[in-house]
Amino acid sequence: MRHAAWWAGSIAALLALDFALPRLFNPYIVQVVMLCGINVVLAVSLNLINGFTGQFSIGHAGFMAIGGYGSAMITMHAGRPWAAALIAAGVPAALAQAGPLLLGLVGGGLLAAVAGYLVGLPSLRLRGDYLAIVTLGFGEIIRVLILNIDAVGGARGLPGIPGWASFFWVGAGVLAVVMVSRHLAHSTHGRALFAIRDDEVAAEALGVDTTRYKVLAFVIGAFFAGVAGGLFAHYLSYLNPNSFTFLKSIEVIAMVVLGGMGSISGSVLAAILLTLLPEVLRPVKDYRMVLYSLMLIVLMITRPQGLLGSRELTLAMFRRRRAATA
Amino acid sequence: MSEFLQQLVNGVTWGSVYALIALGYTMVYGILRLINFAHGDVYMLGAFFAYYAARAIGAAANPTPALALVVLFAAMLGCGIVGFVIERAAYKPVRRSSRLAALITAIGVSLLLENGGVLLFGASPKFFPQIVREHSYSLGAGVTMTNLQLIILVVSFALMLLLRLIVLHTRVGRAMRAVSHSHTAAALMGISVDRIITFTFVLGSMLAAAAGVLVALQNPKIEPYMGIMPGLKAFVAAVVGGIGNVPGAVLGGLVMGIAEVMVVGYLSPTYRDAIAFVLLIVILLVRPAGILGKNVAEKV
Repeated sequence: MRHAAWWAGSIAALLALDFALPRLFNPYIVQVVMLCGINVVLAVSLNLINGFTGQFSIGHAGFMAIGGYGSAMITMHAGRPWAAALIAAGVPAALAQAGPLLLGLVGGGLLAAVAGYLVGLPSLRLRGDYLAIVTLGFGEIIRVLILNIDAVGGARGLPGIPGWASFFWVGAGVLAVVMVSRHLAHSTHGRALFAIRDDEVAAEALGVDTTRYKVLAFVIGAFFAGVAGGLFAHYLSYLNPNSFTFLKSIEVIAMVVLGGMGSISGSVLAAILLTLLPEVLRPVKDYRMVLYSLMLIVLMITRPQGLLGSRELTLAMFRRRRAATA
Repeated sequence: MSEFLQQLVNGVTWGSVYALIALGYTMVYGILRLINFAHGDVYMLGAFFAYYAARAIGAAANPTPALALVVLFAAMLGCGIVGFVIERAAYKPVRRSSRLAALITAIGVSLLLENGGVLLFGASPKFFPQIVREHSYSLGAGVTMTNLQLIILVVSFALMLLLRLIVLHTRVGRAMRAVSHSHTAAALMGISVDRIITFTFVLGSMLAAAAGVLVALQNPKIEPYMGIMPGLKAFVAAVVGGIGNVPGAVLGGLVMGIAEVMVVGYLSPTYRDAIAFVLLIVILLVRPAGILGKNVAEKV
């Protein structure tokens, strides 16, 4: 009962925000909020692979690209006619778009998950940096393939994607990835992932099927990266292979490491911080990216364990602190 | 057949450049277990330092081998200093932290060099002055080779031999090998580990600078982001050869260069950036530690 109420409350809150945001703030702020949300989904999903399981993946942009292009193709070719038919039947537009968009997002996520499975498999044989470089290679191969597929626009990019992803959808994506991560962390499966991160040999000796769990982490992480790609596509209405370079993967990793490996709230916090930072630095124009990179270096030197370390930010923490100061 | 031979000549030339960059990656990795993402950007700086040095001494108006060598050494010296500063200012403070913190720092340095480059040199490409006049020689069987290609081959292989000499036959080289084996044991034997690490960075950066100058000779368009892709591919080359292994880096670089030129020649230039990674995945699936790498069993 409590759960049902919680979910109903969250959805109501998202709907309220969805309604309020564009009316309260200018489009620029709304855009930054949306990008923050999409980056949070990316960072928390990568945290499942890098933070929870200790597998070093630097190809997250590849999963995002598959999800983005996959969901765009689904909504453009199947979703749009479906939504049009619903609207013709008298269903309100926002409601008519919900089904097709959900189909697109989940479809894109599933495509990315399949890719995650395929990339996760070599982790049977590869460890550490070798796995990292294979995931990097995978991301680059995906990008070059997209560049060469004319059906999705190639280097020209893919315009005309229905811009259906409103704040509600981005918020729902954030909620979904955070809840899945949290529940996973507190489950047997999550414990197995942590065990692999802390000591793979010991985990194996204790009967953890390390390969299966590593692949599982890749599949779930890739799924949500795909969903983030889908949100990105349906928010901007346009995709370009250049959005999914190696630099994008790096950006997401920086978020996870800066937040603290394995900390869900840390990833959320760092994703928001690193999305806002370049925006805040906009007034200094030419020095913006220089300052951004300098701050990244300084942050890593001063807090190498990340902002939160492996801890979580919880309400209890604030209560305790207040109790201590009182 | 003659076309194939021609592609092979081009591939080996291009591959020797990759090999030079890959050496820096592999040495740093061998000693610190750090993927030095900023290495490709040091290569970019090499090209820019040479650009300014060539303009300062007027090497384009008076293209003599001596002046070209001065330009090369100026770039290597400049990048050696940059390597020293990067290592001391950014990497040393995170050495005791996790490897990931070091990696993110390396990424930060890479972004800093790129964007600092945009700020200092401007984002639009610059044209590298012709400090060597281009000639073309016929090697028979329809194969031609330019003097630039020859210079690239000779200079890069000379530098590789020099590196081999340093690593295998000098005190500091022996210390480098000791440090890459075990920091603790090396320190106990009286080796200043920090100094050796810095030396390795400087050496790697100088090789990258040379690679930058050599490439700029042949492809004169230089810009602040030119280091990203070659850097990435050279790293892949180091992994393919067996990371931490010096001959492996050279072999990997050559394989990578030849494969890339062949794909451009026989398949399609658009797949140029993918072949390196396809090759990487295929080789790692067959030999998980690279062609010449040793698969070290994990001790419990």
